[in-house]
Parts: sequence; C-alpha cells; structure tokens
Amino acid sequence: MSKQEYTITVYTENQIGLLNRIAIIFSRRKINIESLNTSPSEAEGIHRFTIVINETEDVVKKLTRQIEKQVDVLKAYYNTSDEIVWQELALYKVSTDEIAEKVKVERLLREYGARAVVIRKDYTVFETTGHREETDRLVKVLEPYGLIEFVRSARVAIIKASKGFHEKLKEFEQREPGEELVENEYLDRQEEVFTM
Amino acid sequence: MQSTLSQPQKAALQTKTETISGSEAVLRAMVAEGVYTIFGYPGGAIMPIYDALYDYNDKLEHILVRHEQGGIHAAQGFARSSGKVGVVFATSGPGATNLVTGLADAMIDSTPLVCITGQVFAHLLGTDAFQETDVINITTPVTKWNYQVTDATEIPSVLAKAFYIAKSGRPGPVLIDITKNAQLQQFEYEGYKPCDHIRSYRPKPVVRKEYVEEAAKLINAAERPFVIFGQGVILGKAEKEFMQFIEKAGIPTAWTIMGMSAIPTDHPLAVGMLGMHGNYGPNVLTNECDVLIAVGMRFDDRVTGRLDKYAKQAKVIHLDIDPAEIDKNVKTTVPVWGDCKETLPMLTELIDQKVYPQWLKRFRDFEQEEINTCIEPELHPSSDVMTMGEVIRTLNELTNGEAIVVTDVGQHQMVACRYAKFNQSKSNITSGGLGTMGFALPAAIGAKYGAPDRTVVAVIGDGGFQMTLQELGTIMQFDVDIKILILNNQFLGMVRQWQQLFHDRRYSFVNITSPDFVQVAKGYHIEGNSINERKDLKSALETMLNHKGAYLLEVMVGKENNVFPMVPQGCSVAEIRLK
Repeated sequence: MSKQEYTITVYTENQIGLLNRIAIIFSRRKINIESLNTSPSEAEGIHRFTIVINETEDVVKKLTRQIEKQVDVLKAYYNTSDEIVWQELALYKVSTDEIAEKVKVERLLREYGARAVVIRKDYTVFETTGHREETDRLVKVLEPYGLIEFVRSARVAIIKASKGFHEKLKEFEQREPGEELVENEYLDRQEEVFTM
Repeated sequence: MQSTLSQPQKAALQTKTETISGSEAVLRAMVAEGVYTIFGYPGGAIMPIYDALYDYNDKLEHILVRHEQGGIHAAQGFARSSGKVGVVFATSGPGATNLVTGLADAMIDSTPLVCITGQVFAHLLGTDAFQETDVINITTPVTKWNYQVTDATEIPSVLAKAFYIAKSGRPGPVLIDITKNAQLQQFEYEGYKPCDHIRSYRPKPVVRKEYVEEAAKLINAAERPFVIFGQGVILGKAEKEFMQFIEKAGIPTAWTIMGMSAIPTDHPLAVGMLGMHGNYGPNVLTNECDVLIAVGMRFDDRVTGRLDKYAKQAKVIHLDIDPAEIDKNVKTTVPVWGDCKETLPMLTELIDQKVYPQWLKRFRDFEQEEINTCIEPELHPSSDVMTMGEVIRTLNELTNGEAIVVTDVGQHQMVACRYAKFNQSKSNITSGGLGTMGFALPAAIGAKYGAPDRTVVAVIGDGGFQMTLQELGTIMQFDVDIKILILNNQFLGMVRQWQQLFHDRRYSFVNITSPDFVQVAKGYHIEGNSINERKDLKSALETMLNHKGAYLLEVMVGKENNVFPMVPQGCSVAEIRLK
C-alpha cells in the first residue's frame, strides 16, 4: 500500500488537554502531522479537528480507531483529498514601492484571486485562499519582488459526499447539551484566597 | 458542569445542600462508589484529603505503602483479584511521577484504577512551584482518561466520571489531579450522582448480529478450529459464558498469559498457554488450524511472533470489546465487536455441538513431546540442582490450585505461568504487557486485600524482589498475610538466558548479588527460611503455607537453567524451540 495524503476529521468535546491526547497518537508512532486545525463545529460545544498526514490507508484506519477510542472524541473520519472540499489561507507581505513599480497589481489580483488586506506606505499584505499549489504559485510570482513574509494556515476541509456527521451532531447536542467549562474564579486571585 | 435537574428539583435540593470541602467530597465519592480500601502515601499537596480521611477511618481503610509505585501496584493487585476498581492516593510532583510505571502497567493490562493526585494551588500552576509537575501531560499517554480539578464544585461529577470510565468497556487507569485550593475550598454539596453515560464515550460497541451469524457459520464449517482467549474473558466476567461456548463447540482452547485461570488449567479442552514461552502444541498448531477464534485478546507480539507468518492459513474470528483492536495486528475475517459476555451466548446458540477427537489428539501428541523433552526434566529433574518448575509443581500439590499466584517478571514468571494449576478465575496476577519488575510484592499485598479469604503466594525472582522490597514494611505494619516465594538463581535470569542464546554467552551485568533475604525479612519482623536442597522443599513450602501471617521462603535454584519451549524473537510461532 502506498502513502498518500489523508485528511482526518475528528469531532470532540471541548476539553483541555485533548489536543495533546490526539497529538500523542501520531507522535508515538513517529508520524508527522502536515497540518492541524481545530475549530468549533456547527454544534454548540462540539469541536472539530482537521489533521492532514501522509500515510498508507491501513495506518490511517488504525490511527482513526485509536483517536475514536479517546473518551472525549465523538467521531473520527478519514478521507482522501478528492473526497473533500478543502482550503488553506495564505498571507503575503511585500514592499509597497517594489510592487507598485514593478508589478501590475491589478493583473496579479485577478490572475491569482488575491485580495489586498493591508496597504501601507512600507508594505502591502495580500491574501489568497485555495489548494497548496494555488497559494504556492503566488509565492513564486512575488519572490523576485522581495517577498518579505509568507504564512499559510492549516487546512480546513468539508467532506463532499455525505451529510457528514451533521445530523448526528445536532441530535447529540439536542439530547445532551455539552458540559459547561468551569471557570475557576480562584485562578487569578493568588494568595489572597488561599495560603498554606 | 451541566446539571440534568429541573429548576424546581434544584430549588428543592438547595434547601438540603450542605457546605463541605473539596476533600470531603472526594471521600464521599469513594464511599458512594463502594470503595473500602485505598493505597497511598501522603504529602504536602494532598494533605487536605488526608486530613479529611482522618475522620473516615471507619469507612475507608487506608494502606500506607512505602513508595507510590508500591501503592499503584497494590491497587492493581486489588483490582485484579477482586474485579473492582483499585484506588490510589499520592501527592504532587515526585509522588505523582512515581505512579507512572504502575499507570503504564495498568494501561496495557486494562486494569481499572482511579488515582487521585494532589497538585499545587491553582494560582501556582506553571510557575515551577515546590513539588509541581505537569502530571496531566506526563500521564496522558498512560491513562484511559485524566483530568485536573481546580474548583471543588467539579469534584463530585468528575469522580463519578472517573469511576465510570475506569471500570466500563475496556477498563483502564484514570488519574484525577486536584489542586490544593480545590481540596480546601468549601462549596455547596448537592450529593453524589454516579455516572452511567458520557456523550462522547461508547464503552461497548453495538453488536452486529450478522457478524455473529457469519462467525457461527465459519465455526460450524471448520475442520480444525482453535480457540485462543485473553483477559477479556475475565474482565467481562464471562467465564461461564466462555466455558459454555467451548464445551458446546468442542474446540481445543489455549490462553494468553493474561487470560490464564479463566478456565481451569486442567479442563479437558485446555491445551495450554500461547506465546514466546507457551506450550508447544498451541503455538505450532496456530499455523495449522483452519479457523482461529480469538476471544478478548489483542494479538500481542509475544503471542504472535512474526506477524507475516502467523496463522496465515486460518480464517480469523476476533471477539473484542475494543474496536481499535480489530485488525490492529492480525487481519480478521469476521470481527465480532462487543462485550464477550453478550456475544459469546449469541454465538453459542448458533453453533453446532461438536467434538474434534483427531484434532485434539494432535495437541496431545505435541504435549507428549513437550512433556518428554522439557516438562518432565523441569518438573522432575534428575540432577541435584533444584529447578523453578519443581518448586511450582510442589506448590500446586500443596495448594490444590486454589491459591492466587502473583508473579513478577522474568524466568520465574514464565515458569510459574507455565506450570501453576488453577481452579478458579482471577488467580493468576502478573505484569503481562509492560513486564514490570518489582510488580509482584506490592501487587500481592493488594491481591490479599482484594480477596482476603484466599491464599496469596507472590512468586518473585531475586532481581525483581530487590526493586520493591521496601514494601516488606507495609506487610509488617498492616500484618498482610501473604507468602513470598523467592526463586533465587543469582542472576537476572531471563536476560541471561537471552545473552546465552542470542549474544554468545556474553553475560553482561546480569550477575546480581543479593542480601540475606531471610535476615532482611527478619528486620521487618517477617518469618522466613532459605533452602537449597530438594529434600527440604516440600516441608519448607508447607511451613510457609501453614504459617499464620506473612512468610518469606527463598529457594536456591539452578543458576543457568533456561525456560523452554521458546519462540525466538523474530521467528514464527511454528518455529518454537523445545531446547
């Protein structure tokens, strides 16, 4: 079985320490995480991890089962890249003088679907979203003009085929609302609250 | 925490609430969960809980161990002999980190534990405060679940969750870290509500009937079926259901080291132990059976040897409560997800009543060969040098298979598990998956508390004993009636055996000098004896077993005896060596 890119989607409780618990499943097997994103899901109190790795399907299947075994995990899926709709966000910082003089900015924006986010005297920040190759293309174009800084986000992905886990999530949320996280009022009050 | 009570219910309760401390809430949770024995060691960060414990000594018996590792192994022994949840208390920092070995051991052997660790005040978290360690992150890989409590109001619901997680589904260790302020904090206590459901947690997978039917079809059509089972049968309290299954199916049956004692060792269908130092027949015939039925076992590498040559000819049926175990190591033809207490009767109903006399005879033929080559010389040696096997044989004769045998790790462990006879479940307590030296002595203490009416014999090597012998202090203080049988070969025997077989007899640092164990025991006011002649063996064991209270017996055995049969590492189970 050959390795390929898989996107693992994990629905979880919003629990401190869970990121570590999930990360350990990869690190103890010496598997590199290419990209990791966590965010709230459409259901209140349920979070969603999107993890990208390069592995064989056999390994990914086992990893998904180990993830799903965690007490605070509701469900884990894995998909190949053609089974999902996915995007990454990229930001590019370039010198305003340089870009204004040498590049036809308008063309750049149209061709690469970029958007100027900030325009200052000293620099301009562009933004694009898309697949890795798409955001990489603009890096190549801007590099000769002194790309000052570049950053790309983790992948966000939505499963193409099915309804995903949505109905189930909503059902869970209605039947058993998530636990409220306890805000500890004593954490910031230092010794005034307790002393030995 | 979200309450499931309605507003009027809450209002009604409010009039009944009382103000208690977080520490008291911990102890009330213990009592509510039916805990009566706690193993532990106090310290600064858990002092409020110990202070509250002072008023609970009529309900909760606390056993002060001599090291936290001893405490957690004792809790493991308790859990394994009683089938209940073991409980440990430890303080923060070094107290908590001393639990890590036991947590890892309990995790891999699926032992239900709830560990309570004290933690520094919440406002000191992350400041490298005195005796502060990040115990949650340290213990994450070796716990089924862990949680840090910084506010006392969380304690009742978190502890309810902890006990539920520890004992349900595939059991395991849970650690709850409680900051000192939460232990001291007074709060409105609304009572204890046991947990029976967690939204994101599915302890038992849904049983797929079509798979059970498929499995039954395979079993009914099989010509050479073979059943192998692990601790899942014991953890699922499914001994009766398992016996009914194999007896109707008439299939030869072998156990893993963790499954041992779930059926009597001399059951007519029992063909012995699997694995690296298991029996000859079950290992060889794994590669000849046509249907392999694995029940509550996880195809550990010590059982399978080389995976690419393991049971390749067989159709595999795997019954397991943990879906992550299916196809993890061995590809399954038919997976039967579920608690085997539930799935086994379903399967039994669908299978035909059968016998396989020819097939069973093949196991018996291999057994005879093993008896002639290994077992007989081990159990009835012709030389003057005593063997570990004959010690266990004599012990069997005196205990009639009724004792709980707790073993450490090494040659003595393999010999004890190969030759000990058992008539009842939960009798073989050993560190299976992690192979923790130092496990047996404290685990035997716990086993005695878990099954006070049974004889507990800790069989330990001279190496392992010296790893946790400080627990003799616990035995002395609490008058724990366990029998300590040291099989002394003056070596770290299993490592030496490997060095002999695979490292050209280069005995690198395996020669271990021991103190006078009987004198050491005497220092703890524990009676003892040491023997090195066969003529004294039976009477010395009798004296040990008949002694009222703890007793240590050291038996000097052959220095360079080896444990055979053996599947050398990296070999197929069919390549098992008899010598």
